[in-house]
Amino acid sequence: MVNLIWALLAVIGIVYAGINGTMEEVNKAIFSTLDEAIMITISLAGVLVFWLGLMKIAEEAGLLAGLSRLFRPVVKKIFPDIPDGHPAMGYILSNMTANVFGLGNAATPMGLKAMKELKNLSGSDKASRSMITLLAINTSSLTIVPTTVIAIRLKYESTDPTAIVGATIVATMISTCAALLIDRYFYYRRKRALRL
Amino acid sequence: MISIWLIPAIILTVLVTATIKKIPAYEVFVDGSKEGLTIALSLLPFLLGMMVSIAIFQASGAMGAITKGLEPFLSVIGVPAEILPLALVRPISGTAALSMTTELIRTFGPDSFIGTLASVMQGSTDTTLYIITVYFGAVGIKRMGDALKVGLLADIVGIIASIIIVIILFG
Repeated sequence: MVNLIWALLAVIGIVYAGINGTMEEVNKAIFSTLDEAIMITISLAGVLVFWLGLMKIAEEAGLLAGLSRLFRPVVKKIFPDIPDGHPAMGYILSNMTANVFGLGNAATPMGLKAMKELKNLSGSDKASRSMITLLAINTSSLTIVPTTVIAIRLKYESTDPTAIVGATIVATMISTCAALLIDRYFYYRRKRALRL
Repeated sequence: MISIWLIPAIILTVLVTATIKKIPAYEVFVDGSKEGLTIALSLLPFLLGMMVSIAIFQASGAMGAITKGLEPFLSVIGVPAEILPLALVRPISGTAALSMTTELIRTFGPDSFIGTLASVMQGSTDTTLYIITVYFGAVGIKRMGDALKVGLLADIVGIIASIIIVIILFG
């Protein structure tokens, strides 16, 4: 499906630009995006190098194992396929914790490291059940305090910049629960299809 | 305010624990951080490919045309047409969504219904396509299974949820 979406976005864009007379914008966009992708990768490399180094210390010091033990009953229900004591669990929990506190630049490195551990577990280039669940959690966002939005509201002189926090928490909870339920539903559907 | 203390506090906790447990902290740090470089490098092709495709779609004006075409359907069920482009762009492009949210807040005011709805929508979901690209790109997953479907369906639920909640609380 991703192959089709990827190709379609570009094909529709180019055809539409031809009709719409925006080919020049498209040309500019292509090359400025190349630079942008490199910039994003470089700044991601920075946070990755830093956080993965720090988390390696946390792992060796037993902090990640402690975190896993603390939340095991909950996370075990969300990720039933991960064996007890596997390092993936600690990284998944760090990723979720960082997300909850709105530490976006720490959440990504931990999430990527968790993915890597999950890949070691499955050993295939196909997304495993746990990988899809981890993605579902991250795409639905877990943020409790949306700092970026509050900053924008502050800038445009909101009378109450944090008024949206309650509504955001409820919306986030609903979308995360929905993500987990939809993920479960597709899992059972895959399993059924396999049996038939 | 808490966020200023949070990261230094994490660093402090990790380093103090490591020192007490006599772990060679610096050596372990250098050892673990090497992996960061390989992960960053391996996700570049995924990220760049996806970003170029989205950029073409956006710059051509096709994205704007599609949202324009869908507006009448949403205004029927009482959702302001102004919010629709944001709802459609949110899962695809994080930077575009952020600039749209800023624009909506600037135009209609942060405390208006539209400004509030844009704030909640921006805060309660994330850029699904970017996250899938980066997370799967980092470990070289090419067959994504149901991940994209799950992510996009959850986005739809999240967007509908934020509309309903804002109507209830601020409408």
